Amino acid sequence: MFSAGAESLLHQAREIQDEELQRFCSRVSKLLQEDLGPATVDALQRLFLIVSATKYARRLEKTCVDLLQATLSLSTCSEQVQVLCAAILREMSPFSALTLSCDHMQNPHQLSLVASVLLAQGDRREEVRSVNQRIFAILESRQPEGPSLRPLLPVLSRVVGLAPGTLQEDQASLLSKRLVDWLRYARVQQGTSHSGGFFSTPRARQSGPITELDGAVASDFFTVLSMGQHFTEDQWLNVQAFSMLQTWLLLSSPEGPGTADAEDRSELEGSTLSVLSAASAGRQLLPQERLRKVAFEYCQRLIEQSNRRALRKGDSDLQKACLVEAVRVLDTVCRQDPSFLYRSLSCLKALYGQLGTDAGSERALLPLAQFFLNHGAAAAVDSDAIYQHLFTRLPSERFYSTTLAFEVTRFCRDNLPLFDPHLLGLLKLSFPNLFKFLAWNSPPLTAELVALLPALVDAGTAVEMLHSLLDLPCLTAALDLQLRSSQMPSERPLWDTSLKIPGCLEAFRDLQFQPLFQHLLRTKASGSTERLVPLYQLLQPMASCARVVQCAQAVPTLLEAFFSAATQHQVADKALTNQLALLVLERSDVLYQVPQYKARVLRVLSSWFLALCKQKPSLVLELARELLELVGSMSNIQSRAEMFTCVVWAIGEYLSVTCDRRCTVELINNFFEALEALLFEVTQSRPSANLPRCPPQVVTVLMTTLTKLASRSQDLIPRVSLFLSKMRTLGQSPATSSVYSEEDVEAIRTRATELRNLLRMPSVAQFVLSPSAEVCQPRYHRDTNTALPLALRTVTRLVEREAGLLPG
Amino acid sequence: MVHAFLIHTLRAPNAEDTGFCRVLYSCIFGAEKSAEDVRPHGAERDRLLRKEQILAVARQVESMCQLQQLASGRPPSDLQAQTSDEPVSLHEAPRGVFGLAAGDPFQEPRTVVWLGVLSLGFALVLDAHDNLLLAESTLRLLARLILDHLRLLAPGSSLLLRADHVEGILSRFLPHGQLLFLNDQFIQALEKEFSASWPR
Repeated sequence: MFSAGAESLLHQAREIQDEELQRFCSRVSKLLQEDLGPATVDALQRLFLIVSATKYARRLEKTCVDLLQATLSLSTCSEQVQVLCAAILREMSPFSALTLSCDHMQNPHQLSLVASVLLAQGDRREEVRSVNQRIFAILESRQPEGPSLRPLLPVLSRVVGLAPGTLQEDQASLLSKRLVDWLRYARVQQGTSHSGGFFSTPRARQSGPITELDGAVASDFFTVLSMGQHFTEDQWLNVQAFSMLQTWLLLSSPEGPGTADAEDRSELEGSTLSVLSAASAGRQLLPQERLRKVAFEYCQRLIEQSNRRALRKGDSDLQKACLVEAVRVLDTVCRQDPSFLYRSLSCLKALYGQLGTDAGSERALLPLAQFFLNHGAAAAVDSDAIYQHLFTRLPSERFYSTTLAFEVTRFCRDNLPLFDPHLLGLLKLSFPNLFKFLAWNSPPLTAELVALLPALVDAGTAVEMLHSLLDLPCLTAALDLQLRSSQMPSERPLWDTSLKIPGCLEAFRDLQFQPLFQHLLRTKASGSTERLVPLYQLLQPMASCARVVQCAQAVPTLLEAFFSAATQHQVADKALTNQLALLVLERSDVLYQVPQYKARVLRVLSSWFLALCKQKPSLVLELARELLELVGSMSNIQSRAEMFTCVVWAIGEYLSVTCDRRCTVELINNFFEALEALLFEVTQSRPSANLPRCPPQVVTVLMTTLTKLASRSQDLIPRVSLFLSKMRTLGQSPATSSVYSEEDVEAIRTRATELRNLLRMPSVAQFVLSPSAEVCQPRYHRDTNTALPLALRTVTRLVEREAGLLPG
Repeated sequence: MVHAFLIHTLRAPNAEDTGFCRVLYSCIFGAEKSAEDVRPHGAERDRLLRKEQILAVARQVESMCQLQQLASGRPPSDLQAQTSDEPVSLHEAPRGVFGLAAGDPFQEPRTVVWLGVLSLGFALVLDAHDNLLLAESTLRLLARLILDHLRLLAPGSSLLLRADHVEGILSRFLPHGQLLFLNDQFIQALEKEFSASWPR
């Protein structure tokens, strides 16, 4: 639909030159002065496109702008022209040459149009206040047969939203009074149609009563869920009043103007034997209090009306939206006036019991949960059932609904400060379920879950959570299979129908793999971990489907968030560091094979492994056995080179007495031998063997680490020196030259030479390669007498002088 | 309340064209108070910022929609123009929601609700605590009305030179960004009013 014609039109509008534009403006000015017919409309439409098409300001001729403003206030021209003028002025906003004002305007419709321009100025000249004043001037001077007030309320709602402090106390009271009228006392008769001809008599079209959504006659006052053929003015105002009710209640709360403080009120009530209602105690309700009372009644009525079976689908959608809003308004009312709490609680508990199972009705769960969270403690209500529903049933049943997923995660995020320890514990245990939301809807949910993750991380479940995070793409595949197996054939499929995976579906149903799938799809943290390796192979056909790939792309971000949060917990729990480090080592080779997944995950895991080591230097020693195993095998270099490099580097850095006094010479020797053997394998040429492919960084890190270890256990120095001198011949054999490029070989040789030189001065080598803690302070290096660079320079000069004297 | 409404182009995922995501129509309902900007051209800078914020939202909606299309395996032809006169069933149209953090791109944290129909994206930028259910149904309603009244299903029609129709619809169904609880009868009455005062 966005055809080439439209693209070129847009292009023309953006490229129009200033001169041509001014000519066009003159034409528009002429048309505005003479004739306000179709030609003017056409010209204004073009002008709107020109102004709105570019983000840079367009300078329009002054006469034109003045005429646009004048036409806006003209009551004789068509709505189309007026709307276009307002739209053009609004698109140009904010601009300083605006002379439009709303003073002395009496017509609500006109005020609404003018306000749309004024409110777009960014309140540079107190436009909000002047619009507000005008609105109330009209409200106060309301003539019974005057123009409809319908256009006024939305503007008022916007003004209140933009600048809540603008309203004065008497204005706020007036509005509250009017809202009470419109909400509670709209008539329950249908309006008459105004489309009758000249000859028809009013009596011929006697209108009936307003009906409910299921066709029954209205049982009580008019609400947004009432039906009729034609609506009267006050019924329209009823709809608008309810639409702005929540905003108004929130913004005119005790902090706002003109209302009594809620605490004072409850004290007052308490002192007058609060069993009696305030009215019967002889006290007149303040406008704000009356509004809350009416709001309460309105919401109660809406909740009752939502139970009815609507005749039209659109109406049943509205019922659900009204239910959500009714609960939100009740929440606000109860927060402002706790005396409504008792009645609200009974009403809402009943509602919870009645929530249906059709799609959309579970959306009311969230405001209900919010209500019980805000008020449950005060009313000593056990709302466990609703939280169980929210965290346990909902995610596993409706993970595919993006909006629900979004709302639940937001609910958790926003309300964390309000969760008591029990609820927080429940939330933390439900992380596998919450991850389902992310696994299915990763693009919109990633940011939300990253924000929520720190609250979910707990020392007790961290290990299990890391496994879950690494297996998220697998979870996506499993959820897909779950949907395929369980959904009724008549419903529209929620999965990718172009992907045919009968093998995976069979595996899903196979009893043999049930335990693994059940573990993957669990709703609560189980405290145990399962190795899902068999599933990776079974689900391989699904590894490149779009949804799985999107989830896989989100995982590195989540891992970062996880580790940042988990490292906070480690301060208290040393064992956790070891567990996480081990997990990192183990899982770096055990991942579901989604394209590019492993590379990205390894990058994150490697950098965090180093961070863990840095935080707890004795980690290398404590995991010595596992690390020895890792560096003992050639295959580890090829399958996870980046991780391998980090591990070797960590060994070089942290395997020393300064990091942990339990470090023995024997341990250093063991590692040395293992690394030396490995280095030999990757660099020495053996005529019969094929040289394994190995990134040059691995070679250099191996050399550096060996040198570091030698500097700590000095009888190893001769061995290393010999080895390093052999590196000079690297690249000269056909086997190595095919694996390593010229630059790589050069780099390796240079490094080998540097290290050899360093080892000629063992104490300097120790100083450089295994510095003590003070050396790592910047102060050490700024102090010219003790600085490391000085030591190095000295060494270099000494060595160069001797270079000619040494063999080789 | 709704902060902004926009309509923009939606390209099919993996499309070969390297064109841009274009905002075809946008309406910001009342701007927040501008920061104290005494430098000259502060007003122009404000406007530029608003335009760029809207474009940022449009681009994000487009990429969300493309990702969703890929994930659900809907064929890209879903987004091409239909030639039949039947109304597009908007309940099946791709739609979604995502959050915007404070400062990125709006000062306040906001939520975006979006809907993709043929090759157009419709989006509402909401305040953080709005009634999402109502916003979704309002967005569907607006999209249906705009598609119907501008006959956008017919080939060759465009909304670029008919922004006043969109303005007229907005002024009735989302006045000043106020989400309205309108049942079917109210909607019908408003539609009649609109058709009467707006020549097609």
